[in-house]
Parts: sequence; C-alpha cells; structure tokens
Amino acid sequence: MADYEVPKLTGEGYTVVPAVREGVMAGKGPFIAKPDFQKALHFPDDFAAVGELVPNWKERALEKMADLKSRYRSLQVFLDICVKCGACTDKCHYFIGTSDAKNMPVARQDLLRKVYRRYFTFAGKYFPKLVGATDLTEEVLADWYNYYHQCSQCRRCSVFCPYGIDTAEISMAAREILDHVGYGQKYCNEIIGKVFKIGNNLGLPGPALFDTVEGLEEDVEADTGIKVRFPLDEDGAEVLLVTPSADFFAEPHIDGLIGYAKVFHETGVTWTMSTIASEAGNFGMFIGSYETMRRVSLRVREAAIKHKVKRIVFGECGHAWRVAYSFLNTLAGPFDFLDQRYPVPQHILEFTWSHIQAGTLTLDKTENDDKVLTFHDSCNVARGSRMGDYPGGQFDIPRNVIKAVCNHFVDMPADTIHDATFCCGGGGGLLTDDLMEIRVKGIQPRAEALRHVSINNGVTHMAAICAICKSQFTKVLPYYGFTMDQIVSVHQLVSNAIILQRQVSVQARPDEDGDDDD
Amino acid sequence: MTFVSILYGLLFWAATLILVGGVAVKVRQYWNTPAPLKIPTTPAPITQGGVVWRMFREVAFFESLFRSNKTLWLFAFLFHMSLWLVLIRHARYFVSMNELLVFMQPFGRYAGITMVLGLAGLWARRFVVDRVRYISAPSDHLMLALLISIGVTGLMMSFVSHTDVTQIKGFFHGLMVFHWQPLPSDPLALVHLFLVALLMIIFPISKLLHAPGVFFSPTRNQVDNPREKRHVSAWALELERQGKLYRDELNK
Repeated sequence: MADYEVPKLTGEGYTVVPAVREGVMAGKGPFIAKPDFQKALHFPDDFAAVGELVPNWKERALEKMADLKSRYRSLQVFLDICVKCGACTDKCHYFIGTSDAKNMPVARQDLLRKVYRRYFTFAGKYFPKLVGATDLTEEVLADWYNYYHQCSQCRRCSVFCPYGIDTAEISMAAREILDHVGYGQKYCNEIIGKVFKIGNNLGLPGPALFDTVEGLEEDVEADTGIKVRFPLDEDGAEVLLVTPSADFFAEPHIDGLIGYAKVFHETGVTWTMSTIASEAGNFGMFIGSYETMRRVSLRVREAAIKHKVKRIVFGECGHAWRVAYSFLNTLAGPFDFLDQRYPVPQHILEFTWSHIQAGTLTLDKTENDDKVLTFHDSCNVARGSRMGDYPGGQFDIPRNVIKAVCNHFVDMPADTIHDATFCCGGGGGLLTDDLMEIRVKGIQPRAEALRHVSINNGVTHMAAICAICKSQFTKVLPYYGFTMDQIVSVHQLVSNAIILQRQVSVQARPDEDGDDDD
Repeated sequence: MTFVSILYGLLFWAATLILVGGVAVKVRQYWNTPAPLKIPTTPAPITQGGVVWRMFREVAFFESLFRSNKTLWLFAFLFHMSLWLVLIRHARYFVSMNELLVFMQPFGRYAGITMVLGLAGLWARRFVVDRVRYISAPSDHLMLALLISIGVTGLMMSFVSHTDVTQIKGFFHGLMVFHWQPLPSDPLALVHLFLVALLMIIFPISKLLHAPGVFFSPTRNQVDNPREKRHVSAWALELERQGKLYRDELNK
C-alpha cells in the first residue's frame, strides 16, 4: 500500500503525544505549479520551469515578507511575540501523526520567523546564532515549501496559544511569498485557475452542471415520486445557493445536495444555484492571497446580482464557510441589495435548523435508525466562523439538526470536538494525491477518536459538513480499517428523514406540470 | 559621588529611554499595521465588551494556556503573578511609601521566592520536555537565566545580606529629579541593578514584546461580527475604489 507506516490506533480515546523525531517528513513537498498556472493567478511567472526560482528570488522573497508584514497585523505581531513556551507543541494533528519536529506549530512558524529575525530585527541582524536567526537560502526555501504544505490552516494551535498565535496566518504568508518566487503549489493554483476560467474547482462547465442537476431531479423523482427541483441559473429566485462543486457528483457530498433540495422544496422558498458561482470553496485563502480570495468571492456577488436573488446561502463546506462567514462581506460586500432580515451569507444548516424549529419540515427520525451517528466539527467552521446568533452556535446547530433527524447520536471525546476538534488531515490545500503520506498520518487523531466511540458507543457513521472532510475521510479512513460509506453528509441524514408533503414544487416548470404521462 | 554611581545613573537613564522608546515604537507599529480580515479564533465574543472580558481572562488568568497545559500554566502563572507582587514592592524606590505599599511589602518579599520557583520550573521544561528542548534557542535559556539571576540577587538582599535600601531609594529618586545621589557599593545590589538594566534594554528587541503584543493579537482582540458590520482595511478599499483586482494595478 504505502512505503511509510500507517499509525496504529489504540481506541483509548486520547492521543498519545509522540517523542520528537527529526526529518521524518522531510521531502520535496507537493508538485510545484508551472509558470502558466502562476500567470493565471497574477503571480510572477518569470521562471523557466517547474522547480526553478525567479531571478533575484531572495530579494523578492524578502520584499514580499516586508510587504505582507506591513499589511497584516497578525503576521507582524505573531512573528514578534512568540515566547517558545511550548503550549502548542502537542496540539497539531500533523505533529501527533508524524512526530516530525517541524510539524510542531511553533517550529513550523520558526521556519519563517528565523528568517524574519535575520533580516528585520536588531537581535537577528547582530546576534543571529543567539536568537536562532538564519539566512534565507534555497534550502530554507525548500523547507518552507515542504513544511508549509503540511499545515491545513486548521487553527487548533491558535486556540491553545496564550497569545492566540495562529500558524495558519504564518502558513498563508509563507505560501504567498513562495508564490512570488516560483514555488506555487500546483494543486491549489491549478484549481483556482479553473474557478477563474470555468467557475468551479472541478472545472465542470455549465452544460455538465445542467446535465447533473437534471439527472438528480430524475433520481429523486424515481425515489420519492415527487419532482424536486434543482434549479440552476434561474433568475428571480429568493435564495442563491453556493455549494462546493464536489456536491455535484462526489459521494457522500451529492446526498447532501439532495438534502438541501428537499429542504428548499418543502419550505417553498425558491432557490437557484449558479454556473458563475458554482463553487463555495475559496482556495485563495489556502495560498494566503487576499487578491485571489477576493477575485473568487466577487463571483458570488456577481451571481447574486445577475440572478436577482434576495439571500445567499452556502452549502456544507468548511474553509468555504470561514471565507463566506468571516470574509465575504469584507471581500465582496456590501450586500445592501439583499434582504437585510437575514444574515449575509447564511449557512444551509442555519436555514434548515430555522425551518425545523418552525415546524415546516415533516421528519421521520426512524429512517436513520440503522445508524449510530457522531459528528466531526470541521476545523474552519469550529474555529474560524459561527452559525446562529451566539458564540458556539456552530457547534450546536449541526448537532441540533442531526438530533432532529436521528435517534442515535454520540459525541466523540471532549478534547476532539468543538473548538478542540482535530482537522480531517486534508484541509488547507492538502487534499491532493501527491500529499498522501501527510494526509494518512494527519488523520490519526480523528481516527483515534472515531475508533473510541465505535468501540465504546457502537458508532457506525460520522457526519461531516465539509466537502474536503468528506473527500479526505472516504479516501483515507479506510487505511485505518473504516469503510468509505461510514462518512455521511449532515443533509444526507436530513434527506433520509424528510417526508415530502409538497406534491408540486413551487418552482415547477410550466411545461411539465402533471403531464409526465404523455 | 563615585564613578560607579555615575555609570549606573547613565545606565538607568539609557535603559529607561530604550525601554520606553523601544516599546513605543513597536506599539506604534502594531497599532498602525492594518488587520484586513476578521480572524478571531472562534467561538469569539460578539460585542466589544465581550472582547475586553476575553482579553482580561487571557492576561489575568492565562485562560488559553490553562486549557493547553496545566504544568506550564502553573509555572507561568506563578512567575508572572509573583512578578507583579515583586514589582509593586519595588514601587517604594520610586514613590513615597503609602499604606498600600506598606501592606504589600511582605507579599512582595515572599513572592520573590515563588517567582524564582516558577522560573526554575519554566527553565526545567526547556531541558526535560523534548519538544520544548527542540524549540529553545540560546536566547530562550539566557532570558530565564537573566530573570532568575535578578530574582536570586534580589532575594539575597532580602534574606541574606541586606543592602542600604534608603540610599538606593535616594539614588533612584535623584535620577528622577535630575539631582544625582550616590549608590551603595554593595556588590549584590550592583549586580542586581545591572541585570535589571540589561532586561530593560533587551525588552523591546526580544520576545518580551509578548507583554504589549498580546493586546494586538487579532485572534483575541477582534469582535466576531463580520456579517453584521463590514470590516475593510484601507489598502483593500483602494482596490474597490479603483475597480481593480490586483494591488500592482492601482494608480498611486
């Protein structure tokens, strides 16, 4: 299977902190983006081939570092104030899974910090050895490329840091510097190029999307006898749904999409998806580029205006929800042309939960009686966003919805859920096959917790609300003896339990009203 | 007036200038650097008052550190809180005695012991815990050595060999009003004071910046209200104003 050891699980319910080892995860890092991909993202492309650096790379890297620290208070403050107390050292799932010293959050930060100190601080300029400052060399740059692509920007370290230092901020800055010297990451940058060119991460063109939603309408009709609509590019709908493109075809994502459609159908709220904004995910955050993130976000604004909607709702997606909740208003606002009675944007779970509370949905919990559920808090939802109108709503609302549609729910151990949740191991631009080793090892703490509740509470399924989590789990949990179908979308559970009362969709097309039989 | 007194007088003037000026420069830098995005570590307070309370819990109780690691919290808390008591006790060298200061003297006296104990615990971790050993640079060890030396020399003056505190008070009062007074030539006092001056000088160029810096940490000091209130930095707003996607396309 693999030329590395898959960590063993104990099922004890707690993570064993490994002894520090050096160089376990040393390597070249993920595939590097070719000049064309860099050009599409407005990054420098004056390097001849993959693996080569731009001319004057050192000056340009330092110039970019100076630029970033002058524009991001987080970066400037975090580079200065770490006291190396070690509070974060055992908190990263990649460190726990790999034991590589440079996967300790503070050590990962120090890769950048030691260069910052050398060139930008008094102590580092005159006493480099004393404060652990080093010159920027090609080796250091290669180390950045490797280890800053072993961070999923999950923010768990920042929860436990006495100063809130967030390694994600440092990783993002490092990746942006790398993008300016010829070391862009192929996976992220190629995908962002597809969003600019086609509209979504997977590069699904409009006609393919129309085909897909048509197929889905047929499937649901075959299943329920009711023509539930999956509207695409329909102007004048109340809600614009922006969902990760994986929802259009991947398992179990697509079952979530069916769930959203059934909820909209039952509530009678008109909705549409958009070929322009057929992607909730925003990989601009992964590469730390404000401009890229903004350019991706502006598509959502464009779609909302074009389709004349009144509300924007986001589908199940973790980093996407962080960008949507925390940054969309900043990047693509103001949204004063939308209905101000609702938050902009809303999460599909906020939408569904409000309708469950209002009693709009008819639910039969026993439809999910074949399962004992647990819930994986997606890292960026848990620590970088909110749902509802009070802090921590992002923990309660998904669980409330699950409990409203399932009889059997058990939480995983307390230090692995809520804001202490472990990342799935594939977030932050790591969900690519050239990073399988780190993905397999990084999932360990989550797998450990899941195994614990499987053994002790008979948990059979884990629900997730993130396209990346779902993809990572279905692919990597089998390394630990779980099966792919143990991962479900939360709206898949809703879909199972919902009993459709409305016979004809409020968005039924005139030509197909009841004349299916001719 | 001895040569040493003059030397120390100049040293403390310089150290004070560097400490105050250096910290002011850094605080100004943090203040002026924009925070373009809302990045509080959530769940985060949704009101400004809530943020003040969160920050208070962080700096008064080390809440996040407590969640992280109880042993580390114990040593860190012991050291920092003891340091406050010790600093309050030392206020008598700069202001005239009042009832509160008199009351605080014994607390500050024994806090010196707990302060050194806390520091010793923190230093021990740098040797004992392999993860912390790996991340420690020479300066991290030296910083603890410096603080412990300050603590130990101070304790020795309290408990072993008393120095002429009245004369020391006169010396510092003299520095403050530009009317120089002699310093006792007690070697313990001289070492203690030299190390304190060193600490003051190092403060603005070292990780001790965590003290003012924590208040500027966006993950802790931001209100979680991005949907309710639009947050845009000046440099980002310029992109909007000029209708551009990239900063290098902007007209200056």
